[in-house]
Amino acid sequence: MTKGESTVWHDAWFTVDARGRRCPLPIIELARRLPELGIGAVLVLWADDPAAAFDVPAWCRMRAQELVSTRELTDGGTAYLVRRLT
Amino acid sequence: MSGRNTVGSVPAYLDHASTAVLHPTARDALLAALDEGWADPARLYRDARRARMLLDASRETVAAVLGARPDEVSFTSSGTQAAQLALLGTARARRRAGTRILLSAVEHSCVLHAAEWHERAGGQVTTVGVDGFGRVDPAAFAPPPDTAVASLQHANHEVATIQPVAAVADVLHAVGVPLHVDAAMSVGRIPVDVQAIGADLLSASAHKFGGPAGVGILVVRTGRRWANPLPADEREGGRVAGFPNVAGIVATAAALHARAGEIADEAPRLAGYVDRLRARLPHLVPDVEILGDPDPAGRLPHLLTFSCLYVDGESLLGELDRAGIAVSSGSSCTSDTLTPSHVLAAMGALTQGNIRVSVGRESDAADVDALLAVLPDAVARVRERAGVVGL
Repeated sequence: MTKGESTVWHDAWFTVDARGRRCPLPIIELARRLPELGIGAVLVLWADDPAAAFDVPAWCRMRAQELVSTRELTDGGTAYLVRRLT
Repeated sequence: MSGRNTVGSVPAYLDHASTAVLHPTARDALLAALDEGWADPARLYRDARRARMLLDASRETVAAVLGARPDEVSFTSSGTQAAQLALLGTARARRRAGTRILLSAVEHSCVLHAAEWHERAGGQVTTVGVDGFGRVDPAAFAPPPDTAVASLQHANHEVATIQPVAAVADVLHAVGVPLHVDAAMSVGRIPVDVQAIGADLLSASAHKFGGPAGVGILVVRTGRRWANPLPADEREGGRVAGFPNVAGIVATAAALHARAGEIADEAPRLAGYVDRLRARLPHLVPDVEILGDPDPAGRLPHLLTFSCLYVDGESLLGELDRAGIAVSSGSSCTSDTLTPSHVLAAMGALTQGNIRVSVGRESDAADVDALLAVLPDAVARVRERAGVVGL
């Protein structure tokens, strides 16, 4: 991870923990919480459902939001850094 | 919906891509061949010779429809077995040329499983990615120098995308690598000619086009190196061991011959059903993503796949089943492994709320109308239960 990416992760306003929740619930959680951000701000979604790896990018594409970065969590699951663009 | 030509007990059978209904011609041939073709075709008495004759005639029929020579055609116990034998038999015969299998990311699981088997036995596997329609780029299908065999489906089983098989064959043949084409989705649906698509080996499955379950088709073109990866006997030219399913093979040939004669007339009707779904669904269901190639020339005529945002695919299948509508899904919650379809994943498509609709020769407009009538409320109910409002 570069220093720039680390700074962006640090900028997240809050983390949505959807671990243990199955498809499509992590995406529903993401859609619910993103409007709490101002335009340009970022949040982190934690999910361990295998479908999230494909549905988070697909949702961002469909809703014109930005998946900035992803990283594996040390205790299982993946962190998705998502920026509100619209 | 009662009084129509229902399939089994299903008022609206829209899963012809999982298995087609037994073709009436195949049913007649099957019943006749159970009586006439019961004996061992390897023996020399009268009933055995008659079984042999039925087997040979079936081989000639299938070969003629596929543009192959009869001695290039063998019958297996399934399309899966045909694909396994095609890939692993070529890899075995060409192991001095290389130990790598090259395949697309969207192959049917039977091809992926054969490749995994090859990898566990010490071989290598290289996977070629696809675009958003699930299609490979022929230029990206360049084989590494140690490639023994390549495998590419003729058309995709989940999103109907037709692959540029002939162009890929040209890329492979320029460096002497043979191509196995998994044609399980296309044979009996669109014209398939082994020569025209450049296939060195081809596999297909009888139950996908109106033949009985338990019969696969394996084509190994003349002059291609192939060695049985399993213990062999004298059956099927040494390619498929064990007593052949003569009656099933006769019915397979009857089905394929009948299909070859009717697909040209049928295709516009089926394409019309799919076009109607393609046109109506985005207006009837909010946040639906229609998958696959919008160009009709780039896909099979009888299949449509879409994904619904914020929808649990298993719950949606249940809603449709209660309404008498049979479809399939590539969503993770509908799979035994709880992972989404590798095809949808490779395409970068939405995997939740995924539904595959496939029509066939028994389908009529009322089947499609039933789906269009039920689906919007079914999706709305599933979303409502998940608390999806205003997202």
